Formats: sequence, C-alpha cells, structure tokens
Amino acid sequence: MDSNALYYSLELVSGNGLTLSCEQKATLQTSLEILKRNYRFTRVLFWGKILGVKGDYFIAQGITEDEMRDKKTLYSLNCMDWQLLPPPTDTMLAEVSAAAKGRFTGEPSFEYERVETRRQGEGDEAVKEEFTMKVSEEKRLAATVSAIDREVSVVPRGAFIRTPHGTVQTNRSFQGLSCSEARKLSNYLHFTEPKYLKKKCILEMADLDPSIDFLDPLSEDIPKGSWSLQFEGNACVLRSLLWLGLTFFHVPMTPQHGYIYMGDGLKNMDLPFML
Amino acid sequence: MLPNEDQKMEPPGEVTLNNQTEQAAICFKAFMLKNSTKSNLSLYDHLVRLLTKVMDERPENAVDVIEDMSREVKRAGLRDTQSTLRDTPAVSPAQLLAEQQRALFSRGGGDEAETEEELVETPLPNVAELSFYLEQAGVGLGREETQRISLALKQLVDTQPLQRCRFWGKILGTEGNYLVAEVEYREGEEEEEEGSAQEEGAEEDAKEGGDNDEGEEEEEAQEIDPLPKSTYKPPPVVPKEENRTGVNKFTYFVCREPGLPWVRLPAVTPAQITAARQIRRFFTGNLDAPVVAYPLFPGNEANYLRAQIARISAGTQVSPLGFYQFGEEEGEEEEETARDSFEENPDFEGIPVPEMVDSLSNWVHHVQHILQQGRCVWVNLAEKPEEDFEEEAEEEEKEEEPDEPEPEVGPPLLTPLSEDAELNNTPPWSSRMSSTLIPQYAVAVLRSNLWPGAYAYATGKKFENIYIGWGMKFVGEGYTPPVPPAPQREYPSGEEITEALDPTLEEEQAMKAALEEQRAAQEEAEEMEGDEDEEEEDD
Repeated sequence: MDSNALYYSLELVSGNGLTLSCEQKATLQTSLEILKRNYRFTRVLFWGKILGVKGDYFIAQGITEDEMRDKKTLYSLNCMDWQLLPPPTDTMLAEVSAAAKGRFTGEPSFEYERVETRRQGEGDEAVKEEFTMKVSEEKRLAATVSAIDREVSVVPRGAFIRTPHGTVQTNRSFQGLSCSEARKLSNYLHFTEPKYLKKKCILEMADLDPSIDFLDPLSEDIPKGSWSLQFEGNACVLRSLLWLGLTFFHVPMTPQHGYIYMGDGLKNMDLPFML
Repeated sequence: MLPNEDQKMEPPGEVTLNNQTEQAAICFKAFMLKNSTKSNLSLYDHLVRLLTKVMDERPENAVDVIEDMSREVKRAGLRDTQSTLRDTPAVSPAQLLAEQQRALFSRGGGDEAETEEELVETPLPNVAELSFYLEQAGVGLGREETQRISLALKQLVDTQPLQRCRFWGKILGTEGNYLVAEVEYREGEEEEEEGSAQEEGAEEDAKEGGDNDEGEEEEEAQEIDPLPKSTYKPPPVVPKEENRTGVNKFTYFVCREPGLPWVRLPAVTPAQITAARQIRRFFTGNLDAPVVAYPLFPGNEANYLRAQIARISAGTQVSPLGFYQFGEEEGEEEEETARDSFEENPDFEGIPVPEMVDSLSNWVHHVQHILQQGRCVWVNLAEKPEEDFEEEAEEEEKEEEPDEPEPEVGPPLLTPLSEDAELNNTPPWSSRMSSTLIPQYAVAVLRSNLWPGAYAYATGKKFENIYIGWGMKFVGEGYTPPVPPAPQREYPSGEEITEALDPTLEEEQAMKAALEEQRAAQEEAEEMEGDEDEEEEDD
C-alpha cells in the first residue's frame, strides 16, 4: 500500500489484529521519504511485516517506471535502515523451498541447512556423499516476498492500465468499483504476470478490454474459496486464506485500495483440509 | 472583419482558394454536427463541451488526460438522458449495519444516581486501555472498531447479570468474524443453559430409540436366522465438566459485529475438545454451520468455536509471576490434588519490564491445562482404560501411555512459561519490548508462536491477554489428517474356513485306512465296554 496513504489505510486493514505502533509509523514516514530520494523511486509502497521469532522484518517496495515489473524490495529490522533484497532467481527459489523450514528467526544472516545424500558412481562403487545446502534467511525473505507477490497480490479491476508500449501504469480515471461490483471476486485481479489469460478461448477473450483485463482475476484461483471477502464498515476487505496475513482493502466508489502482508511468512499448505 | 479586408487585398485566384477551404470547413462542420444514430450526440457538441471542460479545469498535461476527460464528458451527458424512471436505492450491507449499530451510540435514559452507582461497580472492561497498550505492541483492531467493541460490551453488561467481563479477542472466519467476550455470571444468577437440557434429552431419546431397535431385532431374530451382533462397544463417554469448573470455568458470548446480538456459546464437552485437536478447519462466521471434517466433530460451529476458545485460553492465558497466588486454605499438603482456584495477590508490586522481557519464568499460566482426556480434572472411567484415540496431542502434555487408568497429570496451575515445550525447534513464546527508542516507558509484550495471534502485555501491575487470529494452532510441518481405524474383522478366522490344498489320492487312501483302523478299535472298545456292562448287570 502506498506509503503516503499508510496513515489512514492501516486502520482499514487492521481487522486481522496486526498493526503498526505509533513509533513504527512515525519512523516509517521519515525513513521511506529518505528512501524514495536515495533510490530515486517514483512511489514507495509499504509492503508489510514478516514476524520472526526474535525480530520482525519490515518490507518496503519502490517503484520506478512500470508499476508491476520495476519493483525493488527492501527490508528493515528497525523501520529506519533499509537494505535491498536480492532479486529472486529460479535457483534461489528452488534452494529456499528445499532448505528453509519453520518460522523466520529474525536474523538475516541466519543459515538454514539441509543435508542431502547423493550417490556418486554406479553399481557397487556407488559412494554416498553428504551434501549440505545452505540458504541464508535474507534469500528466504526475498523468495517469500516474491512468492506472496506472485500468488496473492491484489488490485481492483481498472486501477491499472497497460499502455500501448506495454508498461503498466496507474489508471488516473479509476473511480473505484461500485458496491455491487465490489462483491464479486472477478473484479479483483492478481497484480502479477498473468498465467491463465493466454489459455482462454477466443469467446471469453472477446469481452475483455485489452488495456484493463491484462491480468488474471481472483475468481479463477484454485482451490475455490481461497479468499475471504467481507465488508467491514465502508471498506471491502479481502483476506487470503493461502497466505494468512495478506489483507487487501478497497473503499468502493473511491480510488483507494491497497494490500499489506502481516504474518509469519508461512504459506498455508493445509488449506484444502480447512475449507 | 479581417478576412473580408484580406479578400479585398488578395488577388482573385486566392479568393477562390479561400472559398474552397471555407467550403471544405463548412462541409466538415456539417459532418461534425451530424448526430450519432446510437447516442444522439454530435462530435461538434462533444468537442465544445470537452474544450470548455479543459478551459474550466485547466488540468496539467492536458494532452495526456484528454481521452479520460472525453470519456467523463460523455458519461456525464448520458446520465441525465438515461431514463425518467428512478432506481430504488439499493440497501448496502454497510447501511444495514449502521442501522443496527445506532443503538450502541444512544445513551440509555436513567436517573443520575443510578448511573453513578453503575460506574462504581460495573464489570465493564476498559477496552480503550487494552487497545492503548496493545497498539504499542503492534496489535490492534483499529481505534474506531475498538470503540464500537467497547460499546457492544457495555450492551452485554447491561443486559446480563455479570460479575466479571473481559474482551477475550476476535476469531476470524471466511465469511464473518467473531468477537468473543469472556464472562462470569453473578453467584446464583446464572441462567440455565437452554441448549444443554435439550441436548441431553436428545441423547437419551437416541439411546431409547436404539434400545427399541434392538428389541425389534431380537424378536425378528427369534423367528428367522439370528443375525450376528456387533461386538463393538463405544468407549465410555468422558463426563462434561460442570459450569464454573475446569474448561467451563467461564462462559463465552460471541457476536459477529458490534451492535449485533450477543450469543451465548454452549458449554464444551471433553469429546469436542479431543475432536477439535485432530481437525483443522476455518470458521465460516455462521454459528449453525456444520463442521464437516474427519474425524467427525460432535456438534456444529458453535461447539467447535467453544472448544477452540478453551484450548487457546488454556495455552495462552498468562500473567506475571506473583500477580495471582493460591488461596490460604489449601495448604502445602494438598500438593497432589490439582488446585484450581487462586486469588489476586494484594502484595504484588509488579516486575520491572526488562526482567519480564528477558525471562519467561516471570510469566505463569493462570488457566488450567487441559488433559488428553479433554478435561482439566482427570476422571477415572472405571470400566475401561482410556482409549488411545488421540494421536500426538498437545505437546505441552505429558506423554502417557494410558494402559491402566493411571491418573493423567498436567502441569499445575501457575506454572512458569519457561517450562512450556518446544514444537519443531520453535520456541513457544517470543518476548520483546514495545519500544526500543524510549525503553523507559515501554511495556513487555509476549507473543505466542504456538497459537499465532495470542498476545499478552504487562507493565507494572497491569497485564492483559488477547487473541486475534484464525483460531488455528501452529503445527509446523503441515497437517496430516488421522487415518481411519483399521476395519473390523468380518468373522473369526479358524480351521473350518481356512483354505488348504486338496489331498492327493495316496493321502486320501492313507486317511481312509487310518479312519477304518480307528473305527475298528472303537468298535472293539465298545464291545468290551458292553461286556463289562453286561457283567455289571449280571451282578
């Protein structure tokens, strides 16, 4: 969610119990402004907080050109000093998913270890070799943030448009969803490269507006019911059940929207049992 | 006009050219004035309106936003001419809720004296203070929401004869959330639970019904071939704990939104607690919803909610060491029997915040531990040892193989948190100070890693617990549902029904020979006996 709107939007997403203390909010207002200048971002988003056993990570994202693709992720332990997270690569994601288990500790240099035995040679000469895989928590953090962005980042339909050049930008004339539209999951889109859009048949594609409907809607998520949509006061609040802690809000008939993640950074793998 | 003057000055060739361009311009204007067959608008009018709008508003980078403005102008034009019929305004859920919440904000009329009296004795919790401290810990529901919850609790206190009331927390559901209040009725004023009597009645009915069926079966069986009877005996039902004891020490009220009516949750039974330990399900937000899960959960969502509340309370309700103490009457000799009551320590001075943060042994559980049986106080089921139907239950529980009805013992009341067990190398609690910049006035905050969403704070003599979350325990490596029990044997296996190889001819003949020999020997023996008998008769 936009760091400038943090002050009032945090109230809307705090229904799941986690919020920021006054001290943290004040610190963020100062430090994100400095961050914006130092990295020459056009916009800074406060992404959320990942709870560790000994300390919490605060995550911010800076946007330069393209709202969807040109994102840089930074983390901080005290809301003041920000460090850049390495961009996630496929090998990093594979390593993290293999080695990192359990809760975050809160120390970026903490190393998760996983011992694998591999066989070398063939037949009787096979030698078992122990192979230790080490992954630092910083890498895990980068992988987790990108996974959450990829799987559950949400924007209302029409809030972003794709320009003829292919870049994604905020839609200046976005007026917000109407109350009846806000009640439908199909009016919320995954804010990431679409996965299923290309698989659609021509008949379905015919109704889509290419400058708005260039993302996957939430209504096609598997399993069905992996989102909880509720109206809390005036705002429409979406909570992901796959990544418990991701909350999205949108105030119908206004352009205000945003999402925040506040949780322990663990994916809810038990979801199929819990619905 | 100037053009006319120009025309005079210009040579005749230019005039015709000018006439031509004017002609073309007129033609084009006519084209632009043509009304669209669809929207009955003309481009000319539209451009006029658009440019007027640009002149009025003078937006920055007008060329970039001209498409948007054009669309806006069109939309504005359409709105008026759409229809003379008026839509009935749709009632949004927010409006309905606002209507219901209105009652919260109205001051109940009454005499001044009465209100003063209430102000002194009211069991109403100070939710604002709670939220003030929790916000420093980074926990909270938003200030307006807290205010509404506070008013809703006031409504509850006003309508029920309560001795004690506490905001327990909030449980999130997929379609709605529950606000939970923990209350204690005044002595003797407790209303009989409506549900329980009915339930018991229903159970009895079911039993009677079962008996009747068996009776009928017996009658039929006498007439026809007797059917084999099931030898399965259900494990004995663990009796429920009485109100005001054990897991039912407090009564819980829930409501979906502040302003909606409070609903009293039924008392929890041990069976529900043991079943709740084995399942993982989200709450839906509807108390009557069935809990579809394996193993079967006895009851609906209200019972499931109550069971989870009991488990969460037992695991996460903590207080600073020394805030509570055991009563005087119960001496040291009674160490063996679990003491279930405590009182506030009037001499408690408060523990300095840094010490509270550093050491978990400065925090104690003040809610009784729930045993594997699903009760706080163990009860001996004389007929049978306890069924081992619980897989790995609470890790805080002592591993006990209940081969014999050996009493289960849990950690006693007011056990320090440092004795809590770890789960998958995750420490059960995280503690920290609310502020690093101004530690002088910070509060100590405790976060449960076992029940994500459970928090406690303490500062000076004050402490409070709250739970805001999905009502799910942290299980670490992913949940594995319990496997169904092995199927029962259809028949007792014995010699008669065991398949064997057919005998060969030789074996058959050998068998026959052996049988004949046997028969001959028998006959001889019988003859001998007969002789003896005759002889006896002769005597």
